Amino acid sequence: MDAVFLSRLQFAAATMFHFLFVPLTLGLSFIVAWMETQYVRTQDKTYLSMTRFWGKIFLINFALGVVTGITLEFQFGTNWSRYSAYVGDVFGSLLAIEATAAFFLESTLIGVWIFGWRKLSAKAHATVMWLIAFAGSLSAIWILTANAWMQHPVGYTIRNGRAELVDFLAIVTQKFAILQILHTLAGAYILAAFVVMGISAYHLLKKQHIEIFTRSFRIALVVGLVFSIFIAIEGDQHAVDIAEKQPTKLAAMEAHWETTRRAPIHLFAIPDEENERNAVEIGSIPGVLSFLSFHDVNAEVRGLKDFPKDERPPVTITFIAFRVMVALGAYFILITIVGWFKRNKLVESPLFLKIMLFSIPLPYIANEAGWVLAEVGRQPWIVYGLMKTSQAASPIDGSQVLVSLIAFILIYGLLGAAGLFLVVRHVRKGPAVVTAD
Amino acid sequence: MLLETIWFGLWGLLWAVFFMTDGFDFGAGTLMPFVAKTDDEKRMTINALGPLWDGNEVWLLTAGGVTFAAFPLVYATMFSSLYSALMLILFALILRGVSFEFRSQIEGPGWRRLWDTCIFIGSFLPALLFGVAFANIFQGLPLAADNVYKGTLLGLLNPYGLCGGLLFLALFLVHGALWLCIKTEGALQQRAIAAANKLWPVELAIAVIFLVFTKFATNLYDNYFATPAFFLVILLTVAGLVGIKVFLARQAFFKAWFSSALTIVGATFFGIIGLYPNMFPSSINPKYSLTAHNSASSPLTLKIMLTVVIIFVPIVLIYQIWAYNLFKDKVTAEDLTYEESY
Repeated sequence: MDAVFLSRLQFAAATMFHFLFVPLTLGLSFIVAWMETQYVRTQDKTYLSMTRFWGKIFLINFALGVVTGITLEFQFGTNWSRYSAYVGDVFGSLLAIEATAAFFLESTLIGVWIFGWRKLSAKAHATVMWLIAFAGSLSAIWILTANAWMQHPVGYTIRNGRAELVDFLAIVTQKFAILQILHTLAGAYILAAFVVMGISAYHLLKKQHIEIFTRSFRIALVVGLVFSIFIAIEGDQHAVDIAEKQPTKLAAMEAHWETTRRAPIHLFAIPDEENERNAVEIGSIPGVLSFLSFHDVNAEVRGLKDFPKDERPPVTITFIAFRVMVALGAYFILITIVGWFKRNKLVESPLFLKIMLFSIPLPYIANEAGWVLAEVGRQPWIVYGLMKTSQAASPIDGSQVLVSLIAFILIYGLLGAAGLFLVVRHVRKGPAVVTAD
Repeated sequence: MLLETIWFGLWGLLWAVFFMTDGFDFGAGTLMPFVAKTDDEKRMTINALGPLWDGNEVWLLTAGGVTFAAFPLVYATMFSSLYSALMLILFALILRGVSFEFRSQIEGPGWRRLWDTCIFIGSFLPALLFGVAFANIFQGLPLAADNVYKGTLLGLLNPYGLCGGLLFLALFLVHGALWLCIKTEGALQQRAIAAANKLWPVELAIAVIFLVFTKFATNLYDNYFATPAFFLVILLTVAGLVGIKVFLARQAFFKAWFSSALTIVGATFFGIIGLYPNMFPSSINPKYSLTAHNSASSPLTLKIMLTVVIIFVPIVLIYQIWAYNLFKDKVTAEDLTYEESY
C-alpha cells in the first residue's frame, strides 16, 4: 500500500475529526465566560444555570478536542518525517511555542474550572474561564501561524539541505497568517453561536426554560451576526491575498482554466480535469473573478492551464468546497439578520426556531469545507512552492499506516458517537435550575 | 555546540517533568481496579487525578514539540521509526483522556465498567511502552543509512527493553499509590498504603536489575566513568528510593511522594546523561546515530526557543504549582456529592 496516500487519508481524517470539536471549544468558552461574569455581576441565578448547562457541553466537547489534538502533533513525526526533517527548524518551533505558551494554560486551568467552584471566589472562577477562552484562541493562533507558513512560506532560507529560520517576526506577522487567523477564529465563533442558538431553539420550541434559553439565544445571536458579517468582509481580503500568493488555489476554487482579463465566476460548473475545461458552466458573470481577486474587473487572472499539470490542485474538490463555504457564509448573514428582528419574540416564531435548530450542522460543514479548500487547494504542495506532499512522507511501510488508519477510524467513530450521545442526552435533559447556593 | 548541549539537557528535563507529573496518574489509573473496590472509591481515585491530569499531559506535548523544534531530525526519525509503539501510546492516551470526562456522565454499571477499562488500559500501556521505548533508545536501534529504520514493533520487546518497561511501570505504580495515600482516606487509603508497601521492594529490585543490565546492554556508563561526578545522579536516585520507604513507614506521604518524584527525575537523567550526545543511537553503525549535534536546529531557532522556554516554563511551573496547591486537600465523600465531580 502507498504510505503517502494512506498518510494523507489519516491526516485528513484526524484533522477533520479534531476540527469537529475545536471551533465549538473556541467560541463556547467565551460565551460561557460571559454568562458566568453576568452571574458574578448580577447574582442572577439564571446566569448560573446557563453557565452550568453550557459549561457541561463545553467540557464534553473540550475533552474530545484535546485527545484528538495530541495525535496531530505527533503525526508530523510518525507519518511525515521527511517533511519534519526538512522544515522542522522553522515549523517545529511554532508548535512548541503553542504548547508552552498557550495550551499549558488552557489545560491546567480547565481542571481548575471544573473542580474549583468551591475553592475559588466567584470572581476568580469566572476569570479562569476567560483565561481558558483567551488561551484557547491563542493556541489556535500559533497553530494557524504554522499552517499559514505551509500555505505561504516566508522568513526562511535553504541551507544545510533544509529550510532554516532567518526571520521569525516575518513568519508571525505575515499577512497570510493574520488573515487566516481572523478567518478561522471568526468561523469558529459563528459555529459556537449557531450551536447555542440551535440548542436554545430546541427548548424554546418546547416552551421550557424560556428565560434561560431566550437569554442564551440572544447572546449567541449577537456573536453570530457580528462574526458572520465580519467573516464576509475579511474573506474578501483573504481572497485577494490568495490571488496574489496562491494563484493555483485561486484558479482551482473558481475552475478557471484560461488566463484572461475580465475573468468570470460561474455560479455552477462541472470541472472536467481530464480535458482541462468545464463540462458545464451555468450563470457565468464576467469580470467578477477579476474584481474579487484584484478589486478590478479588467485585471488578468491566471488560469490553470498556465501551470504545469503536476502543480495543479484537484479542481473539483476545491471548487465545490469553496462554493459550499461561501453559500453557507451568505446564509449565516441572512438568517442572523432575520434573527435580529425576531429577537424579542423568539417563542412566537416557531418556524424560525425550527430553522435554527436544523441549522446546527451547517457551520460544521462550512468550517470543514474551509479547511478542505485550504488544504486540498494547496496540493500538490505540502509547503506551497517549496516541498511536494509526495516527497514528505516517512520511509515506512504502508501496512503500518493502514493499521493505524483503521484504528483511527474505529476509535474516533466510537468516541464521536459517545460524545454526541452524551451531548444530546444532556441537551434533552435541560438545565438544572439553580436555587440555593 | 554549547547551545545544542543546553538543549539536550532541556530535552531531558522536559521528559523528566512529564514522567514525574503524568507518572502518578498513569500509576493511579493502573492501580484503580486493585485498590478501588466500590464505585465511590473509583470516583475518589478519579477525582484525585481529575483536576491535574490534563495539565500534566501537556508536558508530553511540550517534550514532543521541543524535540520537533530543537532536534527536527530526531523528532522525524524517532517517531516514524517507533511508529506502531507511539500509535499504541497515543490511542491509549485518547481513551484515557475521554474516560475521565465521560465516565461520570451516566450512572449505569456497564457504562462505568467500559470507561474504567479504558482508564486502566490507557494508564498501563503508556507507562509500560514509554519505558520500553526509552530503554531501546539507550540500547540503540537498527537505524540504517539515510535515517531508515530497520526494526519492528516486536523487536522492541527484547529483554532490556522489557526491563525498561517494567522499571517505568514500577516507578509509576509506586508514584501513583503514594498520590492516592495523600489524596484519599478510609479503606481506599489503607489499600493504597498497602500497595505502596508491597510495590516498593519490587521497584527497588527492578531498579537494581536495570542498573546492572544497563552495564551489559548499553554504553551508558561510559559518560559516568569519563566524568565520575555524574555518579551523584545515581546516588540521588537511590536516595529517593530509600526516602520513599523511610517516609512511607512514618506515614509522611507528601515526603514519600516527593522522594518518588526525585527517583523518577533521577532515573530519567540517569539515562539521558549516559546517552549524551546521542539521542537516537544506531545499533547498526555508530555513524548513523543521531546526536544532539548532527540533528539540532539552526542556532537562531535554538536561541529563540531558549528564550521562549526560559520565559514560559517558569510561568507554567508557577501556575501549575498554584493548581496543585489548590487541590492539595483529600477527596472526601462530601466532594463526590457535588454536581461537577467526576
